[in-house]
Amino acid sequence: MIEAQALSKRFGPVQAVRAVSFLARDGRITGLLGPNGAGKSTTLRMLYTVLRPDAGDALIDGISAVRTPLEAAQRLGVLTHGAGIYPNLTARENVLYFGALQGLARAEARARTAELMKLLEMEDIADRRAKGFSQGERVKTSLARCLVHRPRNLILDEPTNGLDVMAVRALRRLLRALRDEGHCVLFSSHVMQEVSALCDEVVVIGGGSVVAAGTPQEVSARTGAPALEDAFVQLIGGGSEA
Amino acid sequence: MRAILIVFAKEFRENLRERRTLFTALLLGPLLGPALFAGLLTLQIHRSAEASDRPLTLAVAHGERAPNLLAYLKEAGVTVSAVDYEAAAARAAVHAHRHERVLAVSADFAKNLSDGTPAPLQLFADSSDVAAAPDTERVRALLGQYSSELGRLRVLARGIDPLLLGPIAVQDIDVSTPATRSVLVLGTLSYLMLLTMLMGGMYLAIDATAGERERGSLEPLLTLPVPRAQLIFGKILATCAYMLLSLTLTVSAFAVLLRFTGLERFGMSINFGPQVALSLIGYCLPLIPLAAALMTIVAAYTRTYREAQSYLGVVLLVPTLPLVFAGALGLRPTLPLMAVPSLSQHFLITSLLRDEPLPAAFIAASVGATLVLGAVLVALAARLYRREALLG
Repeated sequence: MIEAQALSKRFGPVQAVRAVSFLARDGRITGLLGPNGAGKSTTLRMLYTVLRPDAGDALIDGISAVRTPLEAAQRLGVLTHGAGIYPNLTARENVLYFGALQGLARAEARARTAELMKLLEMEDIADRRAKGFSQGERVKTSLARCLVHRPRNLILDEPTNGLDVMAVRALRRLLRALRDEGHCVLFSSHVMQEVSALCDEVVVIGGGSVVAAGTPQEVSARTGAPALEDAFVQLIGGGSEA
Repeated sequence: MRAILIVFAKEFRENLRERRTLFTALLLGPLLGPALFAGLLTLQIHRSAEASDRPLTLAVAHGERAPNLLAYLKEAGVTVSAVDYEAAAARAAVHAHRHERVLAVSADFAKNLSDGTPAPLQLFADSSDVAAAPDTERVRALLGQYSSELGRLRVLARGIDPLLLGPIAVQDIDVSTPATRSVLVLGTLSYLMLLTMLMGGMYLAIDATAGERERGSLEPLLTLPVPRAQLIFGKILATCAYMLLSLTLTVSAFAVLLRFTGLERFGMSINFGPQVALSLIGYCLPLIPLAAALMTIVAAYTRTYREAQSYLGVVLLVPTLPLVFAGALGLRPTLPLMAVPSLSQHFLITSLLRDEPLPAAFIAASVGATLVLGAVLVALAARLYRREALLG
């Protein structure tokens, strides 16, 4: 379970995130929706312990990411923006490296990595150096990397960036499977279609604040808009395109 | 703590696959440096050997006016060639390198000699011609000897003991040993050693910080339940490992190559057996963590790989600059100077090669000061890595 409690963050004169609160439950896929520059990434970074908030707290399974970041990080698997992996290592080595740093014993890490290679249909690239990987292959490797230690909670920052249709569908299938297993999945996006197709809950962020939260249907209903996209545009500001 | 070793192992192995790092650390520095050095050394020795065996040439204008002088010079082994120049032509000839030097005998040379007044000779030579200078000196010396001999004959003819003309006899006693003589020639050895050692770790330091950030692989690393300090310690340790590898290869290469330089012919020897090689490595060891931390800190501040490369290129000068000054200023080791990192290692290296060991207190000062400064920089690097601005 991931809970944001009145998170705030300022960078110089810019108030990037302003008292953002929401709850992402276990066994649910929660989407953080907002335009570019709305504060999604900053919020996520505070949740996954890379940034410290100026105010507020972030709780991962009840553990404070602000006061006890290392403990909170143990319960998280994170796919960051851009999915940075090491080009000189093979996909398998990339995953094993993180497995080792997560504290897994070597045998366990190996077994788990093999399992993930199969699950993510990566067996053909498992022992290839990541240098020539496509974006889809990179995201898969990054995903395997953040799942190696079986974290309860998953945070993904714009995971479908640069992925083709097949890859997006595969990712969707995977996230749904993880949700059904009881994981808490939180991801950020600015692609409506993705969010409405996948999310059980939506948190709309605009200008650094939470503008609306609820199921996609609830959010659309609130604004009286026919589809989530129109609801979104209305909430963020700016007229409807009709 | 285990995380430090995990990061170390990964960085070490990963960089073995990186051609640029491998080349600079394991090939360029250690092999090219000593090879270049030994090559230059051999060339220099052969050239000076040739020079001392080469005959002395002298072009003489109006030599018929000073037959005894010419006979004297020829007997001393000078190859005299006759030319027909006046002053301006002689100057032009030397300037155009047609002759290395021209001796012009004046018209009243013989008359002055018999009158007992100074008999003028003009020696045209180019002082900016470094190659010709030693031979010109020898000619000047021979002319001076001729003049002294004539002077002695004159006073003897007047019934005065010629010994009176030499009141003081100076005896030059050369205390240099074969080992010390070779260090005059091996002056840049410590510089090359330290430089190649630094280069060995440079690319890893860049890759582990600026490279990590540029690739976008820094942030995922920071999401792990590993204290940031341990991450940077692992990276610095890997940089140290590469520097040690580079240093060992460089020292070994020097040891092997210097066997083929022929310094023995000139009464020079190089004290470079396996024990010396190990001691050299030992003396440089304290400098390794200091340099690794310094390079890591500078690279961590830069935005991109390229920027890091430029900045580190400058940083490479920092530890090597004291050596340049030491040479130029002719510094000798003193206790306070032994607390200056890199300079003290330079003193340790040269003292070892001269076979003149420094007192234990000096060695302790060098090791202690370098290690302390190294620890400070490593702690600073850990602090920097905890900053939020690290992400850029």
